Amino acid sequence: MAVADLPENVVVSRLDALASWCRKNSLWPMPFATACCGIELMATGASKHDISRFGAEVFRFSPRQCDLMIVAGRVVMKMLPVLQRTWMQMNEPKWCISMGACASTGGVFDTYCVVQGIDRFIPVDMYVPGCPPRPEQLIQGIIDLQDKIQGEGTIFGKEFKTSERNQPKRALLELPIVDPPLGTQNR
Amino acid sequence: MATQQTLDALQQAFPGAAVSEFRGQTRVVVPRQSIFQALQFLRHEQGYDLLVDITCVDYLNYRDATDRFGLVYLLTAIDANERITLRTFLNEPDLTVPSAVPLWSGADWMEREVYDMFGIRFEGHPDLRRILLPEEFTAHPLRKDYPLQGRGERHNFPVLTRAEA
Repeated sequence: MAVADLPENVVVSRLDALASWCRKNSLWPMPFATACCGIELMATGASKHDISRFGAEVFRFSPRQCDLMIVAGRVVMKMLPVLQRTWMQMNEPKWCISMGACASTGGVFDTYCVVQGIDRFIPVDMYVPGCPPRPEQLIQGIIDLQDKIQGEGTIFGKEFKTSERNQPKRALLELPIVDPPLGTQNR
Repeated sequence: MATQQTLDALQQAFPGAAVSEFRGQTRVVVPRQSIFQALQFLRHEQGYDLLVDITCVDYLNYRDATDRFGLVYLLTAIDANERITLRTFLNEPDLTVPSAVPLWSGADWMEREVYDMFGIRFEGHPDLRRILLPEEFTAHPLRKDYPLQGRGERHNFPVLTRAEA
């Protein structure tokens, strides 16, 4: 049957795109908050910044009920086995946001006990810079993760189609850098 | 600071004790052999009923230092509102002192922390295990000869990939 013969109430899509569209709008975060980034994470979940506008407001403290782990804060070597076990207990499909400088790189804590970036030991999908990041920045990270899920996610959820990774970020498309106001160029 | 009466009694009971004062804080250095007796004396006869902290200093490569480790006991007499610092010096290889747990139960975790970070052994401690670091840690990281960035302990973990977990 040709596509033109379909009735108007039938929509054709790819299964990957359909599954990713469902998943990206109902992320269930697991707050792995170990330091001050966790405070900003709580602020993101509170009413002012309101993470529920992006369908990710249902924080669950059990990894088995979550699909997005937000690692907020430094992870020490005694905590890393806990982090890995938590990650393994989460159901697929699952994603990970490394929030803040400490989770991403160890930050200023370059000592014997602090892990220098959780991406050395678990997969990370999105890095949020900042020390700590503002809630707006975390929300931008979640929007970018949604775009990544939509653009690269597969029905199995275990791997990404990395060949489609070269998309510009949505923020850059929707918020183009404006020209400087008239009269300010020659200063 | 401690009263002169207490210091006189302490020096009479322990002739080797060296008393000094710095900015209103009284410090007494006693030999390692009599540290437990000195603590017991202050606890039972001079009213120093609160053990505030036990900590340690590593004097490796320290200017004019003759001993390696300085063990520090901070005591407070609650009724008299007096404080005293009791110190003793230790050298390798004999890093053992009697435990203060028979005098203060609260010394339990303090001594475990000193053992964890400096490797000082407290004889008679009921449960001398590491308290902060993982059990499999092999070094004592607050010693000055331990490198700041460790000996690779923070890197020895399995790497989880998305495909396998």
